[in-house]
Amino acid sequence: MQKMINAPQEAVDEMVEGYLKAHPDLVEGTDNPRVLKFRRAPVPGKVGIVTGGGSGHKPAFIGYIGRNLVDAVAVGEIFSSPPAQMFFDAFKAANGGRGVACLYGNYAGDNMNVKMAMELAKDEGIEVRTVVANDDVPSAPKDQRGKRRGVAGEILMWKVGGAKAAMGAGLDEVIAEAQKAIDNTRSMGIGLMPCTIPEVGHPNFTIEDGRMEVGIGHHGEPGLEVVTLETAAQMARRMTDIILPDLPFKAHDEVVVLISGLGSTPLMELYILYNEVEKIFREKQIRIYRSYVGNYFTSLEMAGVTLTVMKLDVGLKACIDYEADSMGLCQFA
Amino acid sequence: MEQFANRDGIRIVFDLIHAIQENKQYLSDIDGAIGDGDHGINMNKGFTLCRDELLANPGNLTHGLKTLSKILVMKIGGSMGPLYGTFFKSLAAACDGVDAIDMAVFGRMLSSGREGIQKISEAKPGDKTLMDVLLPAETAYQAAVKTGEPFRVCLDKMVEAARQGRNATKDMVAKLGRSSRLGERSRGVIDAGAASCCLILEIMAGTIGRLLACSSEAS
Repeated sequence: MQKMINAPQEAVDEMVEGYLKAHPDLVEGTDNPRVLKFRRAPVPGKVGIVTGGGSGHKPAFIGYIGRNLVDAVAVGEIFSSPPAQMFFDAFKAANGGRGVACLYGNYAGDNMNVKMAMELAKDEGIEVRTVVANDDVPSAPKDQRGKRRGVAGEILMWKVGGAKAAMGAGLDEVIAEAQKAIDNTRSMGIGLMPCTIPEVGHPNFTIEDGRMEVGIGHHGEPGLEVVTLETAAQMARRMTDIILPDLPFKAHDEVVVLISGLGSTPLMELYILYNEVEKIFREKQIRIYRSYVGNYFTSLEMAGVTLTVMKLDVGLKACIDYEADSMGLCQFA
Repeated sequence: MEQFANRDGIRIVFDLIHAIQENKQYLSDIDGAIGDGDHGINMNKGFTLCRDELLANPGNLTHGLKTLSKILVMKIGGSMGPLYGTFFKSLAAACDGVDAIDMAVFGRMLSSGREGIQKISEAKPGDKTLMDVLLPAETAYQAAVKTGEPFRVCLDKMVEAARQGRNATKDMVAKLGRSSRLGERSRGVIDAGAASCCLILEIMAGTIGRLLACSSEAS
């Protein structure tokens, strides 16, 4: 295991400490050492935006704490949902009096812990509503969309929800817009090399040299199939062939394209892939309104990529265009 | 009358902690086959935190189970935090204020634990989860109680059913949780939650057996 850590079991706490020291202009700690919040949160009169999940996905989740984005985050162990108490403390840290939108990904642990945290919040009179991201197309068939995992599409959900809340919308509107964002979003991943949880010490799956795993999950959940490694052009074709018919995305649609590396894939390769994706969209007359290419939602040091596409309407465009300032996503109008 | 004192029952919680610590790698390894390989790590973290707290603030079985529950819910997370947190809280509720725990009380604890989990999870038998262990174990225990078997035999029946349930998850296709996304590919490996649930029931039965032996020697 080639890792720059101290004791494996301290990795998450030490990462949080380092993060707080590096970004005092954006984030600050709370009474719960595993709950981080935007420096100005709770913002009175604004709907609070909360997310949370297992660690190992930097910049997700704490990297999206910031202005017009996420107000508070619950930080779990690596690849493991934060406990109910942490989500509850994050709700409190984000609550500016107009309720809290908890925007998170569809995983069994997160679902249970958020549910229990919402009960604790109810007892304290904090109104919490949720949107559960399920953008990962290969993780379940279309008729079982409710079972699909949330992956990099969560970033667009936070971007839209965060912007809507910043515009002064109420909880119902924030939830509706974030739900529309994720309903209009489809993703899929390809894995090239596995990752290692520090405390486990060895990869818990393998991808042989010269092979790639199509549809891999953000924690190494097996994908649809393992095939011979393809060129970037073939990968782009393969991914768009799966993602685009699922919504479906059609000619003249305006979309956001987000390409995120899974951890150890060089940015150079992400841009090579983007170049290919752009060609396919041009051929299909799908207009790319905005693109994001970078390491937005990773899986430790996994090699590979997630392609995410969101279909836009007027409301979503306004939210996507809205200014945002965070470590993971910084955008000025 | 076969029974043990709630006060002495704290031994059960310490034995559970020890067993989880000992089996950390085993539980992570089976989880790694179709999950993300962290089951043993997270269980070990929660149970070890509980040990620290119980050493500082000891008490009876009910107190030990409540402490374990509180730590799993508040500090551990994942799926196992809420599931086992609820399980141990429900066990504690069924023996709260009871000085002597006999086979009827333990039967109520088992039912309470199973009901607690059913309140937060939709898991049904056959879904390849800990419910494939818990439900048949409870059923076998209650059936043995009904036929008038002694406490220890009822516990043996419970463990036997738990082990069968755990082994049966090997041929199941996961319907819930992370491994459910694998469909057919989740077949062939036992479920990590089923394995830890079976371990927990085995340890409880073993320690209760020893407590019963001690209390009968003393009387």
